Amino acid sequence: MPDYKELTAKQMADGVKAGKLSAVELAKEAINLAKTEGKAINAFITICEEKALKQAAAVDALAKKGTSSPSQPLAGVPVAIKDNISYTDYATTCASHILDGYIPPYDATCVKNLIDAGAIIIGKTNMDEFAMGSSNENSFYGPVKNPVNHELVPGGSSGGSTAAVAQKIVPIAFGSETGGSVRQPAALCGVFGLKPTYGGISRYGLVAFASSTDQIAPLARTAEDIALAYQAAAGRDENDSTSVTFDHPVYSEKLATDKKFKIGIPKEYFAEGLDDEVKQTVEEAIKLLEKNGHTFKEISLPMTDRAIAVYYIITSAEASSNLARFDGVKYGLREAGDKDLTTMYSTTRDSGFGAEVKRRIMLGTYVLSAGYYEAYYRKASKVRELIRLDFEKAFNEVDLIISPTSPTAAFKLGEKIDDPLTMYLSDIYTASASLAGNPGISVPFGKTKDGLPIGVQFLAPWFNELSLFQISNILQKSAS
Amino acid sequence: MSEYDGYEPVIGLEIHAQLQTESKIFCGCKNAYGEPPNTLTCPVCLGLPGALPVLNKQAVEKAIKMILAVGGKVCNRSVFARKNYFYPDLPKGYQISQFDKPIGEGGEIFFSLEDGTKKSCRLTRIHIEEDAGKSLHPEKGESYTRVDLNRCGTPLIEIVSEPEMRSPEEAYGYFVKVKQILQYTKVCSGDMEKGHLRCDANISVRPVGQEEFGTRTEVKNMNSFKGVERAIKFEIQRQVKLLKSGGSVTQATLLWDESRQVAEAMRSKEESHDYRYFPEPDLVNLVVNDVWIENVRENMPELPDEKSERFIKDYQIRPYDAMVLTDTTSLADYYDEVMQYTKDGRTAANWVQSELLGVLKDSGDDISTFKVRPNMIADIVNKIESKEISGKMAKTVFAEMVESGKSADVIIKEKGLVQISDEKQLLAIIDSIISANTGNVDKYKSGKTNIFGFFVGQVMKETKGQANPEVVNRLLKQKLDG
Ligand SMILES: [Zn+2]
Repeated sequence: MPDYKELTAKQMADGVKAGKLSAVELAKEAINLAKTEGKAINAFITICEEKALKQAAAVDALAKKGTSSPSQPLAGVPVAIKDNISYTDYATTCASHILDGYIPPYDATCVKNLIDAGAIIIGKTNMDEFAMGSSNENSFYGPVKNPVNHELVPGGSSGGSTAAVAQKIVPIAFGSETGGSVRQPAALCGVFGLKPTYGGISRYGLVAFASSTDQIAPLARTAEDIALAYQAAAGRDENDSTSVTFDHPVYSEKLATDKKFKIGIPKEYFAEGLDDEVKQTVEEAIKLLEKNGHTFKEISLPMTDRAIAVYYIITSAEASSNLARFDGVKYGLREAGDKDLTTMYSTTRDSGFGAEVKRRIMLGTYVLSAGYYEAYYRKASKVRELIRLDFEKAFNEVDLIISPTSPTAAFKLGEKIDDPLTMYLSDIYTASASLAGNPGISVPFGKTKDGLPIGVQFLAPWFNELSLFQISNILQKSAS
Repeated sequence: MSEYDGYEPVIGLEIHAQLQTESKIFCGCKNAYGEPPNTLTCPVCLGLPGALPVLNKQAVEKAIKMILAVGGKVCNRSVFARKNYFYPDLPKGYQISQFDKPIGEGGEIFFSLEDGTKKSCRLTRIHIEEDAGKSLHPEKGESYTRVDLNRCGTPLIEIVSEPEMRSPEEAYGYFVKVKQILQYTKVCSGDMEKGHLRCDANISVRPVGQEEFGTRTEVKNMNSFKGVERAIKFEIQRQVKLLKSGGSVTQATLLWDESRQVAEAMRSKEESHDYRYFPEPDLVNLVVNDVWIENVRENMPELPDEKSERFIKDYQIRPYDAMVLTDTTSLADYYDEVMQYTKDGRTAANWVQSELLGVLKDSGDDISTFKVRPNMIADIVNKIESKEISGKMAKTVFAEMVESGKSADVIIKEKGLVQISDEKQLLAIIDSIISANTGNVDKYKSGKTNIFGFFVGQVMKETKGQANPEVVNRLLKQKLDG
């Protein structure tokens, strides 16, 4: 077998389908790496060895009969999924104590789609508890370490999925985004991370944090792989009312293009708080793309400075309701079960949830409470509409928007954990698009002088993932 | 003086009706009653992490039907909202309902009191929501509550009235009429015993003549139509007594205890809810276009008032009879079918109301499957009309029908129940009776005409009751008076 770690998903699938690579061998290698290197960075909560090997054997069998192509674009590709995506026979923990012992009796639609595409689910990855966090330090199972430097955070909340891709344990992983939870760690670990258009990938089976912005989101090491990953997972699902019917092009076939993009530079995204090195790197990317004939234009997204506040009000409100079901009655942790109902509820939830989750539940409960709803939730919803209009207006003028993904490169474990407000600013360039539902991608580009990865973000109009894949491909090609 | 010591009650009702749909409102589970606990469940209605609701179109259609049936406005765009509270039988920790943008607005219920007085009450709104599961409280020796989630996710509509009712009797009349419309439209079975229909009452009192409303309380947990009336009456009297003695009413939720006939306040902790309503992000706005609304309107069945008017007009029956006969669709349908086989609406109405309903009441049989079919009743009515049998014979025929399910013709033949109207035959009998009872003939002729009945009785005895009484009367009179 060629060097596993250097194979892209595309190469693996082609090799498996051609009978040149064995899905079982690939899966074994991935599992082996997950158990060793993955363990060192704490990327996985569960390794799905038994089912993975069965799936791989089935894919190999199909390949042998010559019936796998082209319906299995991910034939034999080891894939990791975030531990908030339901997958039968294995625990779904959301990295929370409160889900102790919970094994979902159904597969998420996204997982079904991936398995249909030939992917091998090798494990469930570590994350910030219930996807709340930007550093992956809020996990009941301990923090994930940045593969580039184990002293640093990988970003969050999809830290485990991102680190698994960056560590080359798997070529593709799925995380979830609510306000930057894939793009931000992708930037901090140096991989591609796509936040699809809201409604692009079914949320059925994704444990909800904030339903109106949650999206399952792929990570990969090449533009082509992330396009393949999105294609395999996306599509309208009868089980998710908010999933959208859209005629997806075959992205990988349209990746190479001569198209010259008109790209907007939002001035608000280059203001105070942005690290100099990150800023310079994004400017280098702009220069490089300009050289390739793409044009740039300064634009304005005036609501940008409200986005974080709006984001935390709306997502916390939804979270406070979404997390009400974790009450010790039906599954997961139950404490003080011999006491009265109220005591059981409060003891279970106090012991089961971590500090950040509790903070958001409290915040969300507050902004929905009688007397505060108008001032907080209602007002935030109105501003959210204005944020959406900001993007709509911008995309009348330009094809894409460019910005940094995160204001800084990876920071130290423990550095911001006691300062939630600073931590929340990690999402400053990603949260707006999440609120507006627009797709965005973080492309690894350049490094700090300390050798830390930097991410350049592109945002696009609704369901224009194709442009995101194309510009990612262009930037990736011209950088190398 | 008013019935309540110078106070006037102000009553509004909130009625919850389970919709008769194939499946639950947000998942594919069967919408059924009486199955073993927790067998009609799936990840969606169990509220498992990651599961999402998908709206059942049939539930929306039933809601539209009810809104149209009460003359309300179907909103083209309505919004689902989450009502948040913790309870073991509410697996998601919130109920999906509608809040500030319900599917139905306005409408009016026209109803009658038991003495026939006509009343009406306007509706505030009708909205769609999901039902919760059921808590089965500890049985003897147990120290825990069980939860059955079969009911969880059953589609409901909530029908909210304006506070326009002024007596428990009005509330009863209104509620019964709402049930009747629900049944006619097949929106809801109307079965209170099974909890398919539930009613909460908002009650306040104010001095007669005062415009301002008093402080209101909410009374819940009534499980029969009359129970609603009784609970409201109890609460009005409680409030009036409180005010009369110088006290004041405090806003509270009370639970009606049918066995003790009292309503008592819930612990304040249980009712101090802030439901934190907000738009349900897992569902898109509910859009109902005019084509859909018109389609439901075109397929609307005949409503109780329409049916009642038609009965009065086409079958020439009295309004009271029409009201009784249109009480349920099954009864109305039965009567309607009887009328396909006979022209005598009034006799048919009498037979259905007194004889048939009497038997059904005793036997508990279901009218729509009862062995005495509408055409069989019509046969009896027609035979009375054509004087083939007397009214008395008809009752014998009917009793046998209920017993054996045989047709009128067969029973008449078997029992030899043919009425004798033949004058020659009857005259011969009369003549022999007259000659055998000369003493009584003399009495009659001397003016004791009340002895006439004796002769009728003798003829009947002689003919085993088969003589046509009208003919007998006429012939006897001719003979005795002539
Ligand atoms: Zn279900």
